[in-house]
Amino acid sequence: MLQYTIRRILQLIPVLLGMTFVVFLIIRAIPGNPAQVILGQQATKEAVAALTKELGLNHPWYVQYIDYIKHLLQGNLGTSIRTRTAVSEEIWPYLAATLELSLVAMVIAVVVGVNAGIISAWFQNSWFDYAAMILALLGVSIPIFWLGLMEQWVFSINLHWLPTTGRENIRDPIEAITNLYLLDTLIQGRFDQFIEVLKHLILPGIALGTIPMAIIARMTRSSMLEVMRSDFIRTARAKGMKMFWVVYKHSLKNAVIPVLTVIGLQMGLLLGGAILTETIFGWPGIGRYIYDAISYRDYPVIQSGILLIAFIFVFINLVVDLLYAAVDPRIKYN
Amino acid sequence: MKKKSFLLAFVFLMILSSALVGCSSKSSNGNSSKGSDGESAQKTLIFGRGGDSVGLDPAAVTDGESFKVTKNIFETLVEFGKQDTQIHEGLATKWDVSDDGLTYTFDLRKGVKFQDGTDFNADAVVFNFERWMNGDADKFPYFASMFGGYKGDDGLVIKEVKALNDNQVQFTLKRPQAPFLKNLAMSPFAIASPDAVKKFGDKFTENPVGTGPFKFVEWKHNDKVVIEKNKDYWKKGYPKLDQIVFKSIPENSARLNALMNGEIDLADGINPSDADQIKSNPDLQLYERPSMNVGYLGFTVTRKPFDNPKVRQALNYAIDRQALIDAFYGGKGVPAKNPMPPVISGYDDDIQPYEFNLDKAKELLKEAGYPNGFEMELWAMPVPRPYMPDGKKIAEAIQANFAKIGVKAKIVSYEWATYLEKASKGEADAYLLGWTGDNGDADNFLYALLDKDSIGSNNYSYYSNDKLHDILIKAQSEVDESKRNELYKQAQEIIHEDAPWAPLVHSTPLLAGKANLKDFYPHPTGSDWLDGVYFGK
Repeated sequence: MLQYTIRRILQLIPVLLGMTFVVFLIIRAIPGNPAQVILGQQATKEAVAALTKELGLNHPWYVQYIDYIKHLLQGNLGTSIRTRTAVSEEIWPYLAATLELSLVAMVIAVVVGVNAGIISAWFQNSWFDYAAMILALLGVSIPIFWLGLMEQWVFSINLHWLPTTGRENIRDPIEAITNLYLLDTLIQGRFDQFIEVLKHLILPGIALGTIPMAIIARMTRSSMLEVMRSDFIRTARAKGMKMFWVVYKHSLKNAVIPVLTVIGLQMGLLLGGAILTETIFGWPGIGRYIYDAISYRDYPVIQSGILLIAFIFVFINLVVDLLYAAVDPRIKYN
Repeated sequence: MKKKSFLLAFVFLMILSSALVGCSSKSSNGNSSKGSDGESAQKTLIFGRGGDSVGLDPAAVTDGESFKVTKNIFETLVEFGKQDTQIHEGLATKWDVSDDGLTYTFDLRKGVKFQDGTDFNADAVVFNFERWMNGDADKFPYFASMFGGYKGDDGLVIKEVKALNDNQVQFTLKRPQAPFLKNLAMSPFAIASPDAVKKFGDKFTENPVGTGPFKFVEWKHNDKVVIEKNKDYWKKGYPKLDQIVFKSIPENSARLNALMNGEIDLADGINPSDADQIKSNPDLQLYERPSMNVGYLGFTVTRKPFDNPKVRQALNYAIDRQALIDAFYGGKGVPAKNPMPPVISGYDDDIQPYEFNLDKAKELLKEAGYPNGFEMELWAMPVPRPYMPDGKKIAEAIQANFAKIGVKAKIVSYEWATYLEKASKGEADAYLLGWTGDNGDADNFLYALLDKDSIGSNNYSYYSNDKLHDILIKAQSEVDESKRNELYKQAQEIIHEDAPWAPLVHSTPLLAGKANLKDFYPHPTGSDWLDGVYFGK
């Protein structure tokens, strides 16, 4: 097991290195000079030339790439072209904002998705099953943009239940400690603010969680149906075991492997796919951080941002793979 | 079976309740202030806007979102009017201009302090100008475009800035510059605290200190900028608010949603199509920003067949401008016939517009040798701007117009930075673009956008006319206002005849605010004074 883990971690290095190379080349292939973009439409030619030189963008790409990797190996993520601040210094609050949102979205997706899938499988071909599967179909096909604006319209503007934008009540700002606001407000014992943060999380959480929720529901249902048809379940039921235990203990445990895979993949996708949600809900997360960086051609920020997301993505996959063994003793890593 | 349905209902309830956690009470409608005032009027203004600032050192940036904030932290020697670009006193209370237009002597306001407690005086003014003049295009990009260069450059208009005494400062120019005072009133030339500049160095842009009504508190990139009341502000009784938060909400509809839900108090970038909804809402009010912009369709005159003025005129005749305004600007805005808006001094109202006339357009195309039209690319802006709320739809409407005279336009669009870069290289046949004036001067439109000197920067049309160039250069140093206006009228005639663009519209950008927001006057430059703004009951 330990050997397997170490081998997997070592495998990550060439993957991530390859990533840096591809990302580096792609973003430099996009036309548009960062200096021009930063200085704006109104800037003079001399200004653009001067800034290009200052940023070292006049060197050939391979020199820039080698420099970048050298710095990266020293743990230096580079300096933002736009804000002139070290990326490592400024990236955490954005990443934290997205992590918090993604976690909430994932909790919603897993709790609702898994349960809907189980119940659908349990009462196969019932009205609930049909309704849930139609909703799941809608869920994967609904545009997040539209869903987000509709949520705001219904729950904020008409019902006044929930706020539309941001992470906090701007009139009562939160003092950041870890930048995970749910945690920060608890540490400070501000339960009113905790509730406020939770309220801000619900609408974007649902918007972001809808697609994974639908996918998880469908995956759980089909996986459960397969398991529930197997002999040991039939035996358990014949022995008179309560249906609840049959479903939630025996069946679920055996059906959970493909669901875990899906959850792992979706979690990684959430991080990258948060841009639309973050735009609609004015959420200061990593998706928008990178998106803005792309508009400004802020190369170091784009590179580091994508690298970080890629890292989290492969890391989650690693965790999922390791979890298999914990959930299913038949799987061994030798 | 009974058990089953009970369980089902239970699980359903669980899901529902978990989804509705915290939905219990009406959320942050924040009509009260968190402060000593208790239940009295609101003292914090939350201003929702589309983007973040680039930097908060106004001399080092060129974007409107930065100036929107710095306008309230810093002050300039002279200021624009409340809703126009007339010159009024600012940090200077009086100024004398010598008859030859070469010497400007300013009397400075006494008793003014920077927000860090240091004194504002003539030395501070000299320090700021020396700082900019000793800089370069990279550090202070706007300085050269308004004052002709940096120290050592022949083009630099300013020969010397010296302190006559504590409260008097004198500028000596190398040659007269007509828009000199208007330039001084621009946000980038606001006076910063010399001590703070020295103390923070490169980080001054994150720690701005000026003499303005509000002082800087905090900047969370991509999220918000917070400024608070400067208690030692020289103007008694101002500012009226305790705090302003500039909050970035990129999506126009989401920003309006936040306003309707009471999370923000003021929102810019309102879609023209939402205007009626705001007017009919008793909790909100609609603001119109005085127009100082132009949206246009530029032709790259070095490309065939756009090198033929008749073709360009024909296309000008083929656009139904009023229909564009009705459909995409919510009827707000005026059809454009000149490259600058009517509010600018020197505007030539005698120009006869290219009215919508397809017969005339066809006739001109025939004369130009294209009786059956031709194929072209029509570039559509990918981002909304006040002068171009929806580039793609406007391009489609123009495409339909052009089709009627046999011109087949293919709509092309790129991501914004790519769009600007490719257009500036002259790769477009015709491109949609626009401009918002910086200082309300004709030079800032005509010279900046259509002079041959501006090819490679803002003259994306590659339009070059020596006669026009001579007139524009002459106008730059003409101090007599009426003579100057006459020159600009001549310039507009030449441009009208050559038709390097099809000017489309001078739009009216819209903002919306809470109904009880008082004394907010949107400024044509796009950066608003908020010192007099307050909330009524």
